[in-house]
Amino acid sequence: MNYEAVIGLEVHVQLKTRSKMFTRAAVGYGLPENTLTDPVVLALPGTLPVMNKAALDKIIQAGLLLGCEIATVCKWDRKNYFYPDSPKNYQISQYDQPICRGGRVEIELPGAARNIMGEHKHIALTRIHLEEDVGKLNHGEGESLVDFNRAGTPLMEIVSEPVLRSADEAFAYLTALKTIMIYGGISDCDMEKGQLRCDANISIRPVGATTLGTKVELKNLNSISFVRDGIAQEIRRQTAVVAAGGTIAQETRDYDGQTGASKSLRSKEMAHDYRYFPDPDLMPVEVGEAWKAALRAECPELPFDKQRRMLEEYGVPYTLTSVLVPDRELSDFFEEAARLSGRPQAAGNWIVNDLLRELGSAKMALAESKVRPAHVAGLVRLVEEGVILSNAAKEVFIEMFQSGDAPAAVVARRGLGAGTNPDELERWCAEAIAANPKSVADFKGGKDSAINAFKGPVMRAAKGKADPKRVDETLRRLLSS
Amino acid sequence: MLGRGEVSSVELMAAVIARTKEVDARVRAFNSFDEAGALAQARASDERRAKAGPGGCGPLEGIPVGFKDVISVAGQPLTASSRMLANFVSPYDATVTAKLKAAGAICWGRLNLDEFAMGSSTENSAFQTTCNPWDLARVPGGSSGGSAAAVAAGEAVVSLGSDTGGSIRQPAALCSVVGMKPSYGRVSRYGLIAFASSLDQIGPFARTTQDAATVLAAIAGHDPRDSTSVRLDVPDYNRGIAELARSGRKWRLGIPREYFGEGLDPEVGAAVQAAIDEYRALGCEVREVSLPHTKYAVGAYYIIATAECSSNLARYDGVRYGHRSRDARDALDIYFKSRAEGFGAEVKRRIILGTYVLSSGYYDAYYLRAQKVRTLIRRDFLEAYRDVDAIVTPTSPTPAFLRGDKTSNPLAMYLNDIYTIGVNLAGLPGISIPCGFTRSGLPIGLQVIGQPFKETELLAIAGAYEGRTDWRSRRPDL
Repeated sequence: MNYEAVIGLEVHVQLKTRSKMFTRAAVGYGLPENTLTDPVVLALPGTLPVMNKAALDKIIQAGLLLGCEIATVCKWDRKNYFYPDSPKNYQISQYDQPICRGGRVEIELPGAARNIMGEHKHIALTRIHLEEDVGKLNHGEGESLVDFNRAGTPLMEIVSEPVLRSADEAFAYLTALKTIMIYGGISDCDMEKGQLRCDANISIRPVGATTLGTKVELKNLNSISFVRDGIAQEIRRQTAVVAAGGTIAQETRDYDGQTGASKSLRSKEMAHDYRYFPDPDLMPVEVGEAWKAALRAECPELPFDKQRRMLEEYGVPYTLTSVLVPDRELSDFFEEAARLSGRPQAAGNWIVNDLLRELGSAKMALAESKVRPAHVAGLVRLVEEGVILSNAAKEVFIEMFQSGDAPAAVVARRGLGAGTNPDELERWCAEAIAANPKSVADFKGGKDSAINAFKGPVMRAAKGKADPKRVDETLRRLLSS
Repeated sequence: MLGRGEVSSVELMAAVIARTKEVDARVRAFNSFDEAGALAQARASDERRAKAGPGGCGPLEGIPVGFKDVISVAGQPLTASSRMLANFVSPYDATVTAKLKAAGAICWGRLNLDEFAMGSSTENSAFQTTCNPWDLARVPGGSSGGSAAAVAAGEAVVSLGSDTGGSIRQPAALCSVVGMKPSYGRVSRYGLIAFASSLDQIGPFARTTQDAATVLAAIAGHDPRDSTSVRLDVPDYNRGIAELARSGRKWRLGIPREYFGEGLDPEVGAAVQAAIDEYRALGCEVREVSLPHTKYAVGAYYIIATAECSSNLARYDGVRYGHRSRDARDALDIYFKSRAEGFGAEVKRRIILGTYVLSSGYYDAYYLRAQKVRTLIRRDFLEAYRDVDAIVTPTSPTPAFLRGDKTSNPLAMYLNDIYTIGVNLAGLPGISIPCGFTRSGLPIGLQVIGQPFKETELLAIAGAYEGRTDWRSRRPDL
């Protein structure tokens, strides 16, 4: 029998706010333990939470980008459970009234080849709600220490419908979600810093079945490739169990990305009763139309919409867009360079090849780059006009990447111009013609290839910097006069 | 006297310290106090007064204020009268503390209470039982028993308590002082150890309604650190009260028939009737009103309060601060043993009850239903307020009972709050003022219940009666 997988993802995304969800303590990563705390974060006796409005703005914006229905009231509940990383031993979350319902994420599946666009699908979302992150346990020998720096960081949970069918789809979903979150400035989604975390609910069923199989929750999928590998492994595990006549136990499993295997964490019998109830410390917050409209106005174009527009507007190849589009800043950079130069493809090539290479080896971010869109556009024009050759242009690029000088200035300073002085080129051509009367005769006699005999001496005189096209044009003009 | 320079703050503080040292071995109102710290604050106050010149200081400048040991003062112990927090010193000021400091008040000692404010007799304190200054064999009421007893015994000029189901008003009644619970949201709860967040409110104890109004004016107002505090301007209560008194307004008072039934001590009933007659003599219109859902109040209260406390007290786990069992081996062990050792029987009883009512499958039947009852109770009051300005009732069905009398019967203890609980459920302001003594000399309190955020009117109505009596001038014989 053939089986298909049914996968739903629960994705936690830390919101990019300055302060924590319910207090003014700062949000941060990689700082000394327990420095991002205050009496509220540590849940000292008598402290109270106060909602960070910026976090609510971010999640509403996320909901708008994903086409969710936004609740008219933001209501808070307590999720009660004991764990040492949870300072209050309850988490402030949203239970029966999530701020966002429905919505969808457009994904692109892998194409037949790297340069071919893959199939697009929409993955339906169940809900998105806002909550606070917990601290972190550091287990040592014979003791465990708690670091509350992360505790209270605004965290949004994005729950998909169980509509994903493969590890590849899950991978594509996370990739697309991450790109949208970064586009909206909602989160940096750095999985290494725990800014995006993913749990997967996975079941299998015979192909064609309409009921769902027993689901297994897979945790600790802490990189995008672990998500793909972990899900693929779990589907294989479940298929093998069923094929051997066994049944799937409802349980939570922990995936180990290093070994590629998972082990059972807890079974359904140990499921928590979270005793949710409305948080009496927080008043429900009304989300009015004006508030939503203001946030809607700030929504950026979605990545796949931008990609479709770029393909049409600039006529550039898919592969170029697939490098540019995932990075909002880079694609904005490209669009400006394309506009300034009027040569989108050439500008795009400089950006995805040379600029990204230089940034990569210098370990720099685009924002730090001294090369701006105008530099790229200038360079494209110099090549286009034959002022410099493509080999020389590569040198110009590296120099302007280092100095930030305009390309024309670099060309002038380094003398990289391709016969930039037309008088000089004219003189060299005239001298070459004068020195070789036989070839002049051949050419004038109809032997077109005889013109090549003049080109060697001209190029030698120009020390190889002359533009062959320009040399050819000049020789023909002189020979025909 | 401070204002006229007849006495310095240091002299006043020293007198309060001397009085406390004299009587507190018997009253046991204080969990702790810092004599040197209090005198240092008093010296600073005298310096401020000298700098400000005559008339330059507010009414609380240099006044020693006692704090129920659930309200945070930076650098002072914050124990909730629990083993759990026996060694906890708070690093921050509650909003009310910061406001009182800004008004020049002196943060005097830490006052005893029923552990985590759960109880009506102060017998649930893990440290000591406070005695009623009027009869040391009897309880001072609770949970703010220390706050009431300290003011009654002259160990503090005024004090702060917290009231979740009557915890300010009932001990005020039992100790013959004024105790006021403001409207829910009038005073910030930031820095108040939470028992039941939707019911808790900080309020003053004082000898007179005027002093209570002065303290309320200092601590009231919206606080950005407490989103349940309301954005309403704080009136000048004492000026408002004086204006109302001058206007000679004839108040319409409601007497709820449900509050005068079974269980009301005859002497308490008679004293309250006499007080109502005083109001009639003042020209007030007195009429019977009905609060038909009163009989469900205690039940709804014990569901909502315990549900919230089961969650609020989860943070006391021995991980970050507070009591940690020496025998704990792992994280679960820290929880089980620390909480088993750190909490007393009544706190455990309420946590268990609250955990139960919030459990999956029971939530709708208990918690959700209790919230609906709560809405009905509030509606009862608002309905009554269409015809009356305030409601007058006994504060407590009985005068102070003997220590140990009800400790083995939690239900009898819970019924002690029968007249005060509705006010918390409805979020209303309420005040208890002295209205007499039993034949054996035990204080009796009159409760006046006001309309939401109309504390000025409430204080004026209470003050009108107070002005016709001199119960406040009696002192316990210590």
